[in-house]
Amino acid sequence: MSPHYKLEISAVTDPGVKRANNEDSIGMEASLGLAVVADGMGGYEGGEVASALAVQTILNELSERIELLRKQHAEADSGEYSIQSLAVRDVIKKSNEIIYNAARNEPQYQGMGTTVVLALFYDNRLTIAHVGDSRLYRLRDDRLELITVDHTLMQQLIQRGFYTAQEARESLNKNLVIRALGTDPEVEVDIQEDIALPGDIYLLCSDGLNDMIDDGEIYLTLKRYNDNLDLAATELVKQANKKGGKDNVSVILARPVKTGSATLGWIEKVTDWFF
Amino acid sequence: MPAKLILTLNGANVSEHELSKETITIGRRPENDIQVDNLAVSGKHAQIITILNDSFLEDLNSTNGTYVNGSLIKKHALKHGDVIGVGKHQLKYINENAGSDDAFEKTMIIRPDAAGMPEATGAHDIGKSVAKIAAQEAKQRGAAPVQGGAAARLQILNGANAGKEIELSKALTTIGKPGTQVAAITRRPQGYFIIHVEGGSGNQTPVINGKNIGTQATGLKDHDIIEVAGVKMEFFLPS
Repeated sequence: MSPHYKLEISAVTDPGVKRANNEDSIGMEASLGLAVVADGMGGYEGGEVASALAVQTILNELSERIELLRKQHAEADSGEYSIQSLAVRDVIKKSNEIIYNAARNEPQYQGMGTTVVLALFYDNRLTIAHVGDSRLYRLRDDRLELITVDHTLMQQLIQRGFYTAQEARESLNKNLVIRALGTDPEVEVDIQEDIALPGDIYLLCSDGLNDMIDDGEIYLTLKRYNDNLDLAATELVKQANKKGGKDNVSVILARPVKTGSATLGWIEKVTDWFF
Repeated sequence: MPAKLILTLNGANVSEHELSKETITIGRRPENDIQVDNLAVSGKHAQIITILNDSFLEDLNSTNGTYVNGSLIKKHALKHGDVIGVGKHQLKYINENAGSDDAFEKTMIIRPDAAGMPEATGAHDIGKSVAKIAAQEAKQRGAAPVQGGAAARLQILNGANAGKEIELSKALTTIGKPGTQVAAITRRPQGYFIIHVEGGSGNQTPVINGKNIGTQATGLKDHDIIEVAGVKMEFFLPS
């Protein structure tokens, strides 16, 4: 985060009602402006291992990379992606390698994999990265927006016109993930960059949330507990569990908050094209 | 047991076909997996894609159309007992496994060569059909913003810089006049979106085709006219 902003973060992860263990992992570091959710799957205990490996690798590697960028006073360059986005992509690919190798070398981890969704805030921007069906939503000015596009068979079928979003919610096959960390030696990471405005609320979650409650319920909860992120996160998980809690459910809420008065400075710094 | 189709004409069984391949074609010509030799049926009439336990029917722009339970369809996710109509023939979809197991409630990863896939389904085929669906989907979407591919661009229409172009080759491009109005254009998997950043003292938000979009991220279409800080620009998708 820039000196003029800080990030408020609240997080909850819960095994849900029906499962004994929690295969989700979450990680966050407000000073780095970083939040990560991973939803592991496959193998005996492999799911937990895969998601934990992803979060740990990303947190460790990315803190190093960001420290380095700060020391070098590196500026966002003019390439296709910001240097922060490139660092994010690198560390996610690295975590993929680590999980893939573990899954190959240890029989008990065979077939394990994990999704990941990550948000990294810097200056007035954020980088959003994801693989699989964990999601990032944003609440801005009274509207909840889903920013990531699930890497699921169902999403592909919706885009192809075989299903409407509503039919998809009722379908059996909605949980077929077509991209994950740890299942192949290489992975393609979806990277987006966006502008973060003070007061936005960013929600990172595993599918245990959005399979149990719909976007309307998420919106209402974020609105109602807008002034208390801790309460909002707890309440989201509580509602998912009340609706059945069939899966592990993880929620991270992050809100950029203005601390200084200087706004023009950063806007000038980041504007690519002046009129 | 794989799902199957029973072909009938005027209530009499003609033949049975197992849906054991990823793609089954239906049509009048002999090269179809299910040949229906009748002039009311197009040469290549329809196809069925099967993934794991589910089958998807798609009309291939046939002359007389494809029906499911009496309704004309283009695309349809088949359910056990559905009756498909092509010309005067009917195909009944039988899938006794559908909906009977909740093994999929747990999230699964599917990919080519996946270990631990249900044996009968042929993991390799699934990977292929997914890749195929993805490829077709990308083609349909047309100007999808492929990473590293050709970029969309903006052309300024008025003022001192009229005619000037900017390539939207970055994941995020900010444009405007700091202190007056700034907007950003971000590239998402679904396309390009414009976002309000700051609106100066008058709290101006971007205008698209004469309409104020407020503070919400808004998808851009080819030839949209964008107005930021009094400057008009036309948006072009990569050709």
